Amino acid sequence: MNSTEQLLSINNLHTGFRIKDTYFDAVDGVSISLKRNEILAIVGESGCGKSTLATSIIGLHDHNKTRVEGEIIYKGINLAKLDEEKFNKVRGEEIGMIFQDPLSALNPLMRIGHQIEEGLAFHTKMTKEQRDKRVLELLTQVGISNPARIAKQFPHQLSGGMRQRVIIAIAISCKPNIIIADEPTTALDVTIQAQILDLLKDLQAETGAGIVLITHDLGVVAEVADRVAVMYAGQIIEEATVEGLFTNPLHPYTRSLFNSIPQMNSENEKLQVIQGIVPSLINLPRTGCRFSTRIPWISEGMHEENPTMHEVSPGHLVRCTCWQHFHFESEEGGITR
Amino acid sequence: MSFMQINDLKVYYPIRGGFFNTVVDQVTAVDGVTLEFEKGKAYGLVGESGCGKSTTGKSIIGLEKITSGSIIYEGQNVTHNRRGRGSSYNRDIQMIFQDANSSLNPRKRVQDIIAEPIRNFLKLSPDEEKRKINELLAIVGMNEDAKLKYPHEFSGGQKQRIGIARAIACNPKLIIADEPVSALDLSVQAQVLNFMKDIQQEFGLSYLFISHDLGVVKHMCDHISIMYKGRFVESGSRKDIYTNPQHIYTKRLLSAIPDVNPIGREERKKERIEVEANYAANHKNYYDETGKVYDLKKLSTTHFVAMSAHEKGGI
Repeated sequence: MNSTEQLLSINNLHTGFRIKDTYFDAVDGVSISLKRNEILAIVGESGCGKSTLATSIIGLHDHNKTRVEGEIIYKGINLAKLDEEKFNKVRGEEIGMIFQDPLSALNPLMRIGHQIEEGLAFHTKMTKEQRDKRVLELLTQVGISNPARIAKQFPHQLSGGMRQRVIIAIAISCKPNIIIADEPTTALDVTIQAQILDLLKDLQAETGAGIVLITHDLGVVAEVADRVAVMYAGQIIEEATVEGLFTNPLHPYTRSLFNSIPQMNSENEKLQVIQGIVPSLINLPRTGCRFSTRIPWISEGMHEENPTMHEVSPGHLVRCTCWQHFHFESEEGGITR
Repeated sequence: MSFMQINDLKVYYPIRGGFFNTVVDQVTAVDGVTLEFEKGKAYGLVGESGCGKSTTGKSIIGLEKITSGSIIYEGQNVTHNRRGRGSSYNRDIQMIFQDANSSLNPRKRVQDIIAEPIRNFLKLSPDEEKRKINELLAIVGMNEDAKLKYPHEFSGGQKQRIGIARAIACNPKLIIADEPVSALDLSVQAQVLNFMKDIQQEFGLSYLFISHDLGVVKHMCDHISIMYKGRFVESGSRKDIYTNPQHIYTKRLLSAIPDVNPIGREERKKERIEVEANYAANHKNYYDETGKVYDLKKLSTTHFVAMSAHEKGGI
């Protein structure tokens, strides 16, 4: 098992939603790859397309309303073009998913053990006894101390942290090569969040899976990720190693985001505010630098006409050239609209 | 000088059951909370979900029944008169809710939403009312044409600002902000926090800031109380809590916050596990046999920690 083996490579992916016979791309030309043993974090604010990217990878879109174009190459197969029947073999067995809200991801009428067993019954040839044994193993693996009792319980009898552990157990039940975690800790308290993140990291070290971690919390990214991609308005605008991004953020959007965190070591300072709002999918200008409207003090000429990703240093990619000229508007007049 | 004191506030919910649906047990949501509010200061209430922090806020403003304890507002006992029209309490204490979306009536226009407290408490002529609404919208940085729109036409940050405009309409003395930014994105959150700080300075407001986000609380609050199972485990100035935490629960909470710095994360993980082990080992020094938090003990003029009688401070 080679540690730098490329697991997944996404090339120029477009995922569009249909509104009155027109498709609007929520994911607009995303290219990224995932290696074995790596946690790739995708960061962005709500509506930037990060969850759409995740659901595109695992094929959870309604094909009548969505258009997925481009390549999602996994083991030589293009998942974007795979039909539903074949996808069922991939989903769960090759790619596992951890959802944000553990309560709505679990069936309230099924016992925990049965829900974990479901994937095993579908994807493996295990006998009932083997499956039961595996369920207990999995529950132990995700740090549940009395698996036999929990397996017989229903979701509502568990706490939020326990439910998220069960979701993780389901996701790893068939030993997938890729785990997609869509905001796995957003619904949890900080102490539980720390436990779940540590658990994810430990599990990854054990299984060597690649994890795509979708989050909006830069603190979580700093704690667990190896590589980070920052998304804005459907595009990746910066990609770097976690150290690279946090010590040397380049794109104006990334820099603004960092300045708007109420940091633990800052007091009484004004937080950086990004002017304007995220453009909606329908009104999004599809040409030019998409961030330009929110940094109007940077003149037009500083942006590229068709921004592309530039490799600034090995492994550190930035979209558009505006970062070279960017400075914060020093006098921010209070509240911006 | 504090203008408002809360003494030994308790909120219990009865659990009914048995033959005649009698009260068989009770949930101690808030169990003896004492707070004082000074003008222009921000107070933080931090804890995990279910610790009773929201119930505390709601009972102060009068949305929950108080089991025992008292609220003294400007020398008057208002415990049983919180929603009464007679006192100014009702007008001077306002609230900002967590979910801006569900706290605004979807069938009312923005101008009617903001005007509601004005119509209730201030006798203004229609012209004056209009001027006041425009003024409030300007304070929260919104256009005048927003007046005629409905809540669904705004983004999350804007809705939260409408909620704030409504809260400050009658020049309140204390605003209870129950997780005002936890539903917002980072850049919008910054906007709302900056803005809350601005109006605090401008109007000399006090805040009771309820949040689970210790970063936000540290940014906003002068005085912070950590809550666990309805009781305060530690209470102190910002400096006391962040640089000199005494209670193991506070230490555990602080160690669990992700740091926005990837360097040294392995050490932080080790430290976290250590604190967690320490928490399990020293549990009985900080909680009595029933798992209840001890009463607060004074460490310094600002710093209070809940510890057993045998512990002699400074661990």
